[in-house]
Amino acid sequence: MHRNIVIWIIAIVLVASVSVAGTALYTGTGSIPEKKLVVSTTTSLFDTELLDTIEDQFEAKHPIDIYFISVGTGLAISHAQRGDADMILVHSPSEELMFLEGGYGTCRKIIAYNFFAIVGPEADVAHIKNLSPTQALSNIVDTGRNKGTKWISRGDDSGTHIKEKQLWATAGFNWALLREEEWYVEASSGMGGTLQVANEFDAYALADMGTYLKYYKDRIITLESLVTQGEELLNVYSAIAGNSTKHLNINFDDAITFIKFLISEEGQEIIADFGQDIYGQSLFYPAVNGLKQNADSTIAQWIRDYAFLDGYECPPRYWDNHPELYE
Amino acid sequence: MFWELFQNPIFQITIRSLHISGTATLLSTFWSLPLGMFIGLKSFPGKQFVKGIFNTLLGVPTVALGLILYLLLSTSGPLGFLDLYLTPQAMIIGQALLVTPIVVSLATSAVESVDPKIQDLAKTLGASEVEASLAVLRESMGGIVLAIVASFNRAIAELGVALAVGRNIKGTTQVLTTVIAMEVERPNIEYSIQLVIILLAIVFTVTILTNLLQRRIT
Repeated sequence: MHRNIVIWIIAIVLVASVSVAGTALYTGTGSIPEKKLVVSTTTSLFDTELLDTIEDQFEAKHPIDIYFISVGTGLAISHAQRGDADMILVHSPSEELMFLEGGYGTCRKIIAYNFFAIVGPEADVAHIKNLSPTQALSNIVDTGRNKGTKWISRGDDSGTHIKEKQLWATAGFNWALLREEEWYVEASSGMGGTLQVANEFDAYALADMGTYLKYYKDRIITLESLVTQGEELLNVYSAIAGNSTKHLNINFDDAITFIKFLISEEGQEIIADFGQDIYGQSLFYPAVNGLKQNADSTIAQWIRDYAFLDGYECPPRYWDNHPELYE
Repeated sequence: MFWELFQNPIFQITIRSLHISGTATLLSTFWSLPLGMFIGLKSFPGKQFVKGIFNTLLGVPTVALGLILYLLLSTSGPLGFLDLYLTPQAMIIGQALLVTPIVVSLATSAVESVDPKIQDLAKTLGASEVEASLAVLRESMGGIVLAIVASFNRAIAELGVALAVGRNIKGTTQVLTTVIAMEVERPNIEYSIQLVIILLAIVFTVTILTNLLQRRIT
């Protein structure tokens, strides 16, 4: 009987302390009422932890609580279409144009760019190192059909997956037919998962540079980045605010505040510096100045060719009373 | 020192996990336990069918329930006006629904395993219907505690519902399982392992405490 009481007391004390601490957690941390800004984002910006850095610096200045939802471009867009996100961070110009034309988004700003890489085994059985992206893909198809290697695709409608389909088209292949072939494997998972599958199979894959470098430096994969050069591999990240006339609950004003922070000198500097200390190189490059100064540097021109919609960063009909974003 | 502990993200995530899953279990017990006792004690047409339904629901995949809840609670969903999407409250409701079949099924069997004579005996001794039910409840306490503990363990270890309606928001809806899933993807394997150890420690501690208690009760 005595031990019985002791155990009951332990159980009750445990439950009581958890409820006290849990309740304190709700009430204690939110002493200043903050507005919440829900940002649905592509995984590469989130998993590299760039957004954690941006969030800390942004929230230190603004009474806004950012909720990041990391889901990949396809799902991020569908979240915003349902009104579940106030803004999106994505990297697929063709999908972005459809999103704007559907009336779901406004005030698109290009915030950063980097390059995709075709990664593969150290042995490089398809001999693609430093080839052009289209030539490299042809080699991989030939080797794959001779049962020499495999291609691992994201297969999840992410921005990277959409880019992959475009690359196959540029290289002269019909993706819908390729995916039926034996050497073409759809991982149906995030960038990290796909890289791990490719590593396991000694196979090739398309990867965003940020995620690849993180996995490579942490020695989770030994795949080499074999093709990194070429306009076709350009990867452009944009921020788009939701359309508050479509969904009345959208926190449009704070979305604009956050977009302005992302394209400010400070925001662009965070992007440029991120990863320098750990990887010795930037994972993402700031895009705003290069485009603004109208410099016709090669890269600015590539961004215009690839990521501008109807010739604009954001067609004026979607400016939603914020022309100052495009000065 | 206490304040520092309180600021520690691992501590916060752990407390939030315990709080959300604990509240969900208690909430579910409010409706599941009476329901389980009713099914166990009463005989009514279709009783086996009702028991069958709850037994089947035991195996409901968390992703399925998560998707249904997301579609209901998200902004354009029929319950979007409640503004519950991305809140701990949504996770509590979701997990409470998830564990309902566990409490109902296990409570039903616990009550059924009590000798039916006890209820009759209580009634002959002048007990009311409710008092007789309480007598049965006391007799089946061991099984009922097991039902509640099994529910808590299922709730704290599940990922699908927590992710679908909570989405792992830093400082708000991050619980152990969702953070583990995120950190594995990132990949911060060591941090994930720490969190996995905490999660296992919670589940084992709760189970051991229950075993000790049960031995006392029964």
